[in-house]
Amino acid sequence: MSAAEEPKETAQSHTPRTPPLSAALGAFNTDPSQAAADEVPPPEDGGLDLSLLKKKKKKKKVEGADGDAEDEAAPAEDGGLDLTIKKKKKKAKKVEGTEEDEFTAKLKQLEVKDAEEAEEAAQEEGDMETGTGVWSHQESKTIPYTLLLSRFFTVLSQKNPDHSLSGTKSYKIPPPQCMREGNRKTVFANIADICKRMKRTEEHVTAYLFAELGTNGSVDGSRRLVIKGRFQQKQIENVVRKYIIEYVTCKTCRSPDTELNKGENRLYFITCNNCASRRSVTAIKTGFSAQIGKRKKMQG
Amino acid sequence: MSIENLKTFDPFAEADDDTGDTKKVENHIHIRIQQRNGRKSLTTVTGLPAKFDPGKILTFFRKEFACNGNKVNDEKAGEVIQLQGDQRKKVMDFLVDKKAGLGLNPDNITVHGA
Ligand SMILES: [Zn+2]
Repeated sequence: MSAAEEPKETAQSHTPRTPPLSAALGAFNTDPSQAAADEVPPPEDGGLDLSLLKKKKKKKKVEGADGDAEDEAAPAEDGGLDLTIKKKKKKAKKVEGTEEDEFTAKLKQLEVKDAEEAEEAAQEEGDMETGTGVWSHQESKTIPYTLLLSRFFTVLSQKNPDHSLSGTKSYKIPPPQCMREGNRKTVFANIADICKRMKRTEEHVTAYLFAELGTNGSVDGSRRLVIKGRFQQKQIENVVRKYIIEYVTCKTCRSPDTELNKGENRLYFITCNNCASRRSVTAIKTGFSAQIGKRKKMQG
Repeated sequence: MSIENLKTFDPFAEADDDTGDTKKVENHIHIRIQQRNGRKSLTTVTGLPAKFDPGKILTFFRKEFACNGNKVNDEKAGEVIQLQGDQRKKVMDFLVDKKAGLGLNPDNITVHGA
């Protein structure tokens, strides 16, 4: 620890800025005096009751978490235990990017299964157009569901190709094409194409990319995006994926066929072309960005 | 039990974009990453609840993640913790962990970056 920080630490331990647990919990009650105490904790409270944080820290360092009544009470104020754990798992997975792999693996399994079933079916199926096998008019055997289903789709695609197309056509966005430009720049080449397919402006997508990646960049002559920093295709893809979830897909029907418009009062809304639902979305915020070249700046 | 009028209400709090509710901006925690030169990166944590001492959290992070770090006071973002390297997952785990961490609601935390 640096010498400069030492006095700060000791000063804090005498008059902890963190309110005691009772005050922290008081914020959730309706008592106004309690709530006020939460805002500006009186220093004399500190000697009596150790701050919530300090207690936790101490415990961890010395003996590890050991169920103490106050310790138990603290996390409880955040509510839903089950939910948070579940959510956390989800988030963690997203960060690792394994979710997708699992998903594709499952999809493949399903496909394989489907194929097997189809083969099986074909053996006893006969030809449904000529009306042989199971499909023969005199056949009294019950037709399995999978067969009926496949018949439905075959007939649908024959008689009404438009319908079957819209049912199975998935939302396809080409993977982002990324290349390194020099040592510390990344070029996102097909951003224009991707934006066109998502029906979003390049400016909006660019703003989101920059905010998420904590960087900036520019657009070059052939409308490619030049991003400062080194990014792999996978990383850009993840951000585009997040963008689609947040700013493209309809939360009600999952349709990607939506429009982003400015609403009445400086809010942005997504209107679904499929189910006509409308939801507001947050404006893109850059958030805090650390001064990276600070030392150089201060010296020079 | 609760009487609406007695609740603390900050009329100057920024309106929330999602719901239009007014709530303090610091209620939401953002964990971000920034690239520095070369392979190095920087993790920033903003919006930690005021009931936790950022200095103590920082010392814990530094020891636990074996990384250097510092805290800055930003005009807009308030107290910000900066850590060297990509510590986003570890920070997230610590913030939501009920036993060994702060036990915060993950809904109030956003991890940014690819
Ligand atoms: Zn919809």
